[in-house]
Amino acid sequence: MRIAVASGKGGTGKTTIAVNLAYTMSKNGEDVVYVDCDVEEPNGHLFLKPAIEEVKEIGVLNPAVDETKCDGCGECGKVCRFSAIVVISSKVLTFPELCHGCGACSLVCPKDAVEEIKRPIGVLETGTSDSIGYIAGRLNIREAMPVPLIAQVKKAIPDNGITIIDAPPGTSCPVIEAVKNCGYVILVTEPTPFGINDLKLAVDMVKSLDIPFGVVVNRAEAGDNSVQEFCALENIEVIYEIPNDRLAAEKYSQGDLICVAIPDFMKHFKMLSDKLMCNSLAF
Amino acid sequence: MKVAISTLGNDLDSRIDERFGRAKQFLIVDSDSLNFEIIDNDENTELLSGAGIQTAERIVNSGAEIVITGHCGPKAFRTLRAAGIRIVTGAEGGVKEALETLKKGEFQFAQNPNVRGHW
Repeated sequence: MRIAVASGKGGTGKTTIAVNLAYTMSKNGEDVVYVDCDVEEPNGHLFLKPAIEEVKEIGVLNPAVDETKCDGCGECGKVCRFSAIVVISSKVLTFPELCHGCGACSLVCPKDAVEEIKRPIGVLETGTSDSIGYIAGRLNIREAMPVPLIAQVKKAIPDNGITIIDAPPGTSCPVIEAVKNCGYVILVTEPTPFGINDLKLAVDMVKSLDIPFGVVVNRAEAGDNSVQEFCALENIEVIYEIPNDRLAAEKYSQGDLICVAIPDFMKHFKMLSDKLMCNSLAF
Repeated sequence: MKVAISTLGNDLDSRIDERFGRAKQFLIVDSDSLNFEIIDNDENTELLSGAGIQTAERIVNSGAEIVITGHCGPKAFRTLRAAGIRIVTGAEGGVKEALETLKKGEFQFAQNPNVRGHW
């Protein structure tokens, strides 16, 4: 069972929900793996403090052009959707930072002049935090394409047990890569105008991916009631409302798991996890 | 000589569009006759990335030898330079005035991109 924790807006509490949920489910006897797919800013480790057992370099294949074979025909440039390879005045220019590593340029080259060379873009970290499995991607600084790394992170997920995927914010390609093939998506939002605006975008995204989902309102009394009203209108389940609590914010800022630090929050996450298990059985 | 100018409008009275890769259009002007053609660049305005390169490719194919624009990033700059195109960055104001300035030889051609790459 794979559950992705996503949001439109950043800073709504994806990681807070994901790590506390992973911990609560694990304490409940479930076999849990926490997966940090927010590879541009992975921060689940701040709370789970995992012992890292393996760090593996992840790369993408980039074209390297043999100019002695190239006749400047331009086929490689025509096939590339990302302008990572272009032919200007019979000269081939490559832009590795734009390359998705699909290999099409190499395939179409009639002169066999394009070789693919692996370029590192980040690392895959695996380890454990007590009985919770930990998998995370970390994109190298200056890299602009998280998607190939996220794909490799997801390949490392074991088949059995419960997987909690901490997705990047937003609704673009990295998020799609993180949530696709998940059995359920939790959309974390906050009761503010920004929260509701971005929640609507995220709802459209998961609907078009056709993945069952529900909403968790974090810091529930901090703003207005517009999220609940929107969800009622759209027939979207509000799975849980996590109260706004100053002590929770303090514990979070110190890198503590709020479900460990504050007994009431252990109850909240227990109830959230029970509801999710019910939902996942239903789907 | 053909000069490519990123513009906000469709004629010589237009103002220069300071963006290069995401400019809505370019005027390709013959600097002697002032005859021009319009290159529509609309499909590049909303690209996630690579707009500068694709726009530069279009300019290369237009046969222009000089580009006048506001901001030119590293990828567009490299692409234009690969075709030997000379680039004026930091241009603003009207197209006609820019062509006058070019004619008087008062523009300095850029040696480097004047903005960082963006995504």
